[in-house]
Formats: sequence, C-alpha cells, structure tokens
Amino acid sequence: MQKWSLRWIGLRCLISAVAITSIQSAYGIPAFARKYGLPCSACHEAWPMLNNFGQRFKDNGYQLGNDRDAPIYQEPSYWPITFRTTPTWHRENNNRQAVDAVPGNPSSGLVEASVTTSGFDLNGLDVVTAGTLYNNISFFVQPFISSSISVNQAWVRFDNLLHSHWLNFKMGKFELDQPISQERSLTLNNTGAVYYNYFFTPPGDHNAFVGIGLPQLGVELSGHNNTTRYSVAVVSDSNGGTGLPTNQAVDVYANFNQSFEAPHLGWQQVGVYGFFGESPTYFQTSGGTPVPGTGQGNRGFYRVGAYGHWYLQQFDFYTFFMHGFDDAFLGNGVPSNQPALLPSGATGPTWNGGFVEAHYNPNPRWIILGRYELVRMSRQANPNILSTNGNLDTWTVGYRWYPIMSPRAGLAWLQEYSRLNNIGAAPLSGKDDIHSSYLMGFDFDF
Amino acid sequence: MAMKTKVVGTALLMLCAAAFGQETRIGKLVGNAKHGKALYTRYCIFCHGPYGDGRGESAPYLDPKPRDFTKAVFKCRSTPSGTLPLDIDLYNTISRGVHASGMPSWKPLLKQERVDLVAYIKTFSTAFQEEKPGTPVEIPPEPPSTPESIQRGAQLFQTMNCWSCHGKDGRGYGPSAATLTDSKGNPITPFDFTSGSTFKCGDTDSDMFRDLVTGLDGTPMPSFGSAMTADQRWDVVHYIRSLSNHKLHAKLKIEPVGQ
Repeated sequence: MQKWSLRWIGLRCLISAVAITSIQSAYGIPAFARKYGLPCSACHEAWPMLNNFGQRFKDNGYQLGNDRDAPIYQEPSYWPITFRTTPTWHRENNNRQAVDAVPGNPSSGLVEASVTTSGFDLNGLDVVTAGTLYNNISFFVQPFISSSISVNQAWVRFDNLLHSHWLNFKMGKFELDQPISQERSLTLNNTGAVYYNYFFTPPGDHNAFVGIGLPQLGVELSGHNNTTRYSVAVVSDSNGGTGLPTNQAVDVYANFNQSFEAPHLGWQQVGVYGFFGESPTYFQTSGGTPVPGTGQGNRGFYRVGAYGHWYLQQFDFYTFFMHGFDDAFLGNGVPSNQPALLPSGATGPTWNGGFVEAHYNPNPRWIILGRYELVRMSRQANPNILSTNGNLDTWTVGYRWYPIMSPRAGLAWLQEYSRLNNIGAAPLSGKDDIHSSYLMGFDFDF
Repeated sequence: MAMKTKVVGTALLMLCAAAFGQETRIGKLVGNAKHGKALYTRYCIFCHGPYGDGRGESAPYLDPKPRDFTKAVFKCRSTPSGTLPLDIDLYNTISRGVHASGMPSWKPLLKQERVDLVAYIKTFSTAFQEEKPGTPVEIPPEPPSTPESIQRGAQLFQTMNCWSCHGKDGRGYGPSAATLTDSKGNPITPFDFTSGSTFKCGDTDSDMFRDLVTGLDGTPMPSFGSAMTADQRWDVVHYIRSLSNHKLHAKLKIEPVGQ
C-alpha cells in the first residue's frame, strides 16, 4: 500500500509538474481588439474565456469577414502581438507532506506535516502573435518566457479550403479542440489552474501520454457552420514535446459539438469527444538507459466523454464527463514483452470523472466562478490496490474584475481559492492528502 | 456639465422610449431595450459610443465611421429615402454586418439578442417615437439577365451619371470620387463593383434593386426611385452584377457610351 502510494505521489508530482509548467496562463489577444476596434468583451465572455462570437472568429481563422481581415489593409504601425503577465501573491498548503522528523536530518525518519508557503510571484510572460498571413491563412505563435523560453503553441492554418467552412487544415503545435479550453481557463492558482480530468492517469500507471490538456504536435482537420463544429487531429505521441517522440505511434483526437438557440436563455452546446492512442511499454536500452524515440510494445488507451455548455442568461455552466481506460500493461507499468511480471488479476484500469463549472457574468467587467471536479476509479489495474486509490475531489471559487477593458489593453484583478483532496493518498498515513491554494493579483494583457 | 447633460438626455430618451416608443417586434420576437443596453455595452459601445453618436473609443481608427444613431439616418433600409427604417432593416444590418466597414456580422448572437439591440438602438433618437417608418418599397419580379439587359444597364450607368462616382469601369474611381463625403463630412469611397465583394446592404439582386430605389441615406448615393422605371433598375442591376464577372463582361464587349 505504502509502496503504491509513494509511486502514486511521485507520478502525481510528475504530472502536476508537467501540467503546471506546460500549461501557460491563458490569453486574450488585444492585438485583435486593436485590429478590429472591438472591445475584449466582443469576443470574450470574460477574457480569456471565449463567447460565441469569439469562437466563430477563431473558427473562421481569426477573420471577421469584413474589410479589416487581410494584413494588406493593416496600418504599417500595426503589430499583431500581445503580452500577458500576472503578478500575484499566493499561499499554498499541503496538509500531509512527508518531511524529515528533524529538519535537516534525513536519518530522523519521515513524518507527515502541514506545510505552508506564501509570497509574491510572477507567472512568467506570455507572448502571443496571431492573425492572418494572407486571406484564409491564419497563424498563431505563443512563446512563453519564464526562467527559460518555450513555445507553447505554433501553428499555421489553411482556412475555408474549397471555399467551405467545413474544411480547415492546421499543422504545428496546437491546443486540441478541447471540450472546455484548458488554455482559456479562468483560474490561475497552483491547485485549481488545471482541469484534472484532462491530465489524469491512475496510480502506478506508466502511460507516457500526459493528457488532452496539453498542446500537441500534429495536424488537424476541422469545420463548422453556425451551429455545428467538428475537429479531427492526428498527433505525435510526444505530449507536444519537440525533438524525438517516445515512439513512432500517432494518436487520434476527435471532437464534435452542436449548438442550439434557447430563446431568452442563450446558446446551448452539447458535444462528444475522444482521444485514442498508444503508448510504449518499454524502450530499447543502451547500458540500461532508454534510447529516446525507441519506445516499443505499444499498448492502447483512450479517453472519451461528453460535455455541455449551458446558458441561463447571465449564468452559464459547463458540464463535463470523461471515461478513461489504459491497457493492463500500461496500468501496471509492466513491459509488454514480459507479461509474466503482471500481477495476478491484472487488468486495464478504468475510471470516470467530470466537473461542473459555473459562471455568473452580470456585465463584461465581472465574472464570478465556481468549479467542482472529481475522479473516481471504477477498476484498478491491480486488484491489490485500494479501490479508492486515485480518487480525487477538487473545488475552486473566485472572481475576476476587469477595471480596464479597451481595444488596446486589458487589466483584471482576481482572487481565487482552490482545494484538492487526493483521497487516501497521504504519503505515510494513507489518509486524505489535501492541497489548497489562495491567489490574488493582477492579470494584464496589452 | 456636457457629460451630465448627455447622461440626462439619454435617460430621458430611454424613458420616452419606454413610455411612448414603438414596440420593437420582429416576427414573434419582441425587443427589450434594457437587455439591449447590456448587449450594446458589451459589443457595440467601443465603436458607436456610449451615447450612440458614433464617437466610440475606436471611432477615430475606423473608416468609414461608425453610424451615429442619434440622427436616425440609416444606409440600409427597405423604406424610401429620408424615412425611418423598419425594425427588420436594422435587424438585418446587425445580422449581416456592413461589408467594407468595421461592422462585422453579429449572427453569432441570439436572434432575441439582436432584436433587443434594435430596441435599444432606437432609443438613441426621438425620431422613432415621433415618426413611423416608411412604407417598404415594392420589388417586382426580376426579369432574366440577358446581354441586351446588361447593355441597356451599361447605357443607364452612363446616362444616370453613376460613372461620375463609381467610374467608367465601375472600379470606384470616378471623377467625383475624391470629393465625396458622408452626411457628417467624412470622406467616403464609392463602391468598387468589380471587386466581387459583398454589397453593404445585402448581396442579392433584389437587395441591389432595393438600394437603387431607396438610396443609401447619409451617403452621396441618391435614390433612383423616380428617375428610373423598374425595368431600367433591373437592367442596371444586371450590368453591375456583370462587372464582377470579368469573363462575361469581356465576352459581351460592353462599351461605355454617352460620356
């Protein structure tokens, strides 16, 4: 039990680290507002969350269909670039962190203790440049600058192929057409910035795939009309990482949604999605060290589900459901060329998860939000693992206030509190491992 | 002080609209100006301004300038020149957008929301409380477009002096083009018929026919309602349509006449 817990914590830490360092703060793009003379609120319910008009603009390759679309009409002084940064103060707490009984003395043994840290912080700098290279050729490049520079997204898209909204082709590193955009999450704090379902893998699982929340490298075909959208992406099995992928496999992601108008309430949207992939279970090694890109013994996994976005005038809420499955070899971390290592009764782990996120948006300058998310294991990879191991509950509340919102810049003041309960995952006691975050600060975009 | 006056003025206008104003109705949908105001604040205010006078924060950067709703003068109408538009005219403009301007299509908004916006836009001018909209112009059935019809249209294009603004070849570079201004004195460019672009007030032949009858109020484009017969207007429509069909135009070898 303890062994599994420690491995689970290690894996969770890895996933959290990947998620938090890979998921840059989301963005609004004042460069578009400058170009079109529109306020942030034209495209964003509350930036960075898109409204229906903004989604159509994005789907149409950052084109409104009026005479201000083409770069040829831009003034020479127009520079399609946006900067975003978030100076904050935040407090983090973990109620049962394993620490040395005597600080500084590793031989004193481990005990669980509540650990709290706090202070001022800066969430790096997002740079976004995006727009149209030419009529019906759009692009998006998003470097992220912190202690190092990384490229969160970089893609080019050929829009309206054969004069059809149904054919748009994208290539590069891009955010999958997620049911609810991770990149456009309204929350920024350490505990509540990510949708956990997007990154979940069960305890002891060795699936190399981190989650649909990460931008991925590949190609995407998408299409839309006023009410229907689809996208199909084929992506490298590399979690968006550049250089050699883990193996030669490609994964497939598909999303379909349908909107309909509810008079006096707003647009309602329902959709289904699925990610189907393979992950290596072992590598060729050289002196015991895995050779990059040589993953072998692929085994399958999938994430499927349904979602909705519901408007009740100034209220709106997301509902999201996911069912996940990983092959038994992935779930048990056993190379597929050594099936004898599988524990007795080993099977592919399955789980269900979901969240509800509600927003109250009385006017373009205010948004209040709340989210509750959970994951429940329905079948463990190893029957010896406690059935609840891996379950989690998390909730977040917060608000964003936009005192400055113009076609030139945006400034938001925000406060958030999040709490995450990893059920039975405390490293030593096996009790609930609870993390909490409080964050306040400015989010500005210009 | 001026600001206060404007705020009070706007509030009074809204009160009047509520007390005496025409109901805004499109089909079964009834507009709600209060809801429309919230939408206007979210989507429209930066161009059209808080008082609807077209002086929004982005207005200096836009060409053509945003519509001044306080004047109750609208380009795209189904009603005769100098009269108020129907609710459906304003609704269609919001839905369609105005091509070759900064005004995008707001079709992504709910139908009800667009009707609410119409209701609110009407509160910016007392004209909607004092006058009734004009009677919509009739659009007779369109005859087939033939080489003869196009040729007659080409002649009318010359004799009606369309070319003085739109140019002999319809490219928008007529001799008067450089001097044209809208009703607020802002420079305005005649439409380039060869561009194949969507027309400002709708892209069907019927829309073009209607524009010839109603004119585009607030611009130098006059009404040709009494200057031409219905058949003649259809001929002009066919000719204008041929200008963006370069192959057809070349094949027909239409020559400008009567210059």
